[in-house]
Amino acid sequence: MINVALPKGRLGEKVYAMFEQSGYECPSIKEKGRKLIFENEEKGVRYFWVKPSDVAIYVERGAADIGVAGKDILLEYEPEVYELLDLDIGKCVMAVAAKKDFRDNTEQTLRVATKFSNIARKYYGEKCRDIDIIHLNGSIEIAPILGLSDVIVDIVETGKTLYENNLAPFETVVPISARLISNKASYKFKQEEIEKIRLSLAEIVRNSDD
Amino acid sequence: MVNSSILKSEEKVSFALRSLYSRFGYGRYKMNKFEEYDLYVRNKDFLISDGVITFTDTNGKLLALKPDVTLSIIKNTKDIKGFVQKLYYDEHVYRISKDSHTFREIAQTGLECIGDIGLTDICEVVYLSLLSLQSISESFILDLSHAGLMTALFDCIGLEKEEKRKVISLINEKNYDGVKPFGEKAAALAKALMTSRRDTDIIRKAAEPYCDNEQVRKNLAELEEIYSCLCALGMKDKINIDFSIVSDVSYYSGTLFKGYVEGIPASVLSGGQYDGLMKKMGKGSGAVGFAVYLDMLERFGSEESDYDYDTVVLVGEKASPVGVIKTVNELSAEGEKVIALKSVSDTVRYKRLVKIGEGEEND
Repeated sequence: MINVALPKGRLGEKVYAMFEQSGYECPSIKEKGRKLIFENEEKGVRYFWVKPSDVAIYVERGAADIGVAGKDILLEYEPEVYELLDLDIGKCVMAVAAKKDFRDNTEQTLRVATKFSNIARKYYGEKCRDIDIIHLNGSIEIAPILGLSDVIVDIVETGKTLYENNLAPFETVVPISARLISNKASYKFKQEEIEKIRLSLAEIVRNSDD
Repeated sequence: MVNSSILKSEEKVSFALRSLYSRFGYGRYKMNKFEEYDLYVRNKDFLISDGVITFTDTNGKLLALKPDVTLSIIKNTKDIKGFVQKLYYDEHVYRISKDSHTFREIAQTGLECIGDIGLTDICEVVYLSLLSLQSISESFILDLSHAGLMTALFDCIGLEKEEKRKVISLINEKNYDGVKPFGEKAAALAKALMTSRRDTDIIRKAAEPYCDNEQVRKNLAELEEIYSCLCALGMKDKINIDFSIVSDVSYYSGTLFKGYVEGIPASVLSGGQYDGLMKKMGKGSGAVGFAVYLDMLERFGSEESDYDYDTVVLVGEKASPVGVIKTVNELSAEGEKVIALKSVSDTVRYKRLVKIGEGEEND
């Protein structure tokens, strides 16, 4: 039995659809109710929904054998997992954004508001830029408007929220998409099953590219 | 005689490992808990976690609670031609936990074979790592790789140092998609290296175009020799050739391995040949060893009992101290867990209740 941690929400539904398409369906998952765990014994899979940012923790600690997590989460928390496949969905970019009229003054410390402290620290570390990280848990866009920070490092999907608030993306830090991840020890003992899932999902990714 | 039921699984394994290593002639190396902080500053990259607990000794020297055992052992070994030292240890180390960012005490058992080592020593150490895993569980896997071969292969392709570091970290993640931007040759090689197989075919095939290089040839031959030796010792089903375990090629120069036990979510054993570290510490000879992380076994294989005690002796007002102690002693002689209590709360779970000091006994 392979335990699969799926991220709750829109992305998770897309991910499940891919699993379903590759032959790992579990009809009970679509029934409305309060059930948390869904199993298809015949196919040897057990799905459960968790908060998207927690998927990596479930997989790293072996509660799930595999799971799907955004590249942003993997870069931020650096969990000890295998990153087996780029699912090519949930695509967006991690970007530096600021007020449209922002001009970077390299003479002073750059104040960066973000949910992704680790990613921001690494990005500016490579540029040897002195920064002051302001860790926020949400509504990051408001920080430069109120003068709390000079820039923000955040996920940009369409850029609509930014433009509506007179902000603009300036630099791309890294492109983001959903990844199939696996617990390292589980992979050793369930390699055949996990590889089978990876290959069938890879096939779907390839077909959707064409 | 010790009643083995009171031993926790990590304690049982610790005893089993100690007797295993003694059988193969490894001597115990009992260490001081403290080490000069300077040793860790000079070899910071070798440490798994960054932080070290330090304190000032009575003479003003800065000491540290050991975060690692290998460095201390190397420091105290001598380079003598033809001489090999075989040692094992059973110690506690102090490291920062990645999740909680606090210090943790970690029980670690391991062995080191240091000096004028050869192929036989390396095979013996890897074989002992397999036997160590076997003493934890019958369901185990050892990932085997070769840091020297990996370095030599990437040197042939001509990757820059920084690129090499990035590719190695992608191999570490088994990130097939991530290696694509590094060019066809590097990507093909990286894919072969991160594929896990029960034989050396893929690696041999991937290395073939580069066999003009002496290092590639030599290291590939060594890996294949070690692998076939272990297969001949009956371990074929337990070994994966998998290079995704290689993380640091500056200290490890030869064989590298990591062990996994079914039911434990991370590796429980890690080791390899670390001639690079020896060289950095001014030693001319070689070394190979491994460590078993006993703290990983805490929740492994221990069945939770439905009862707190086999027997509760309920001590009445008339009971004499001698009578109580004698009863407990007699009842527990068969290995039962017995406790004497004046009153029993609802939360205590027991199989049998014996009342004394009231003149009656209850089953």
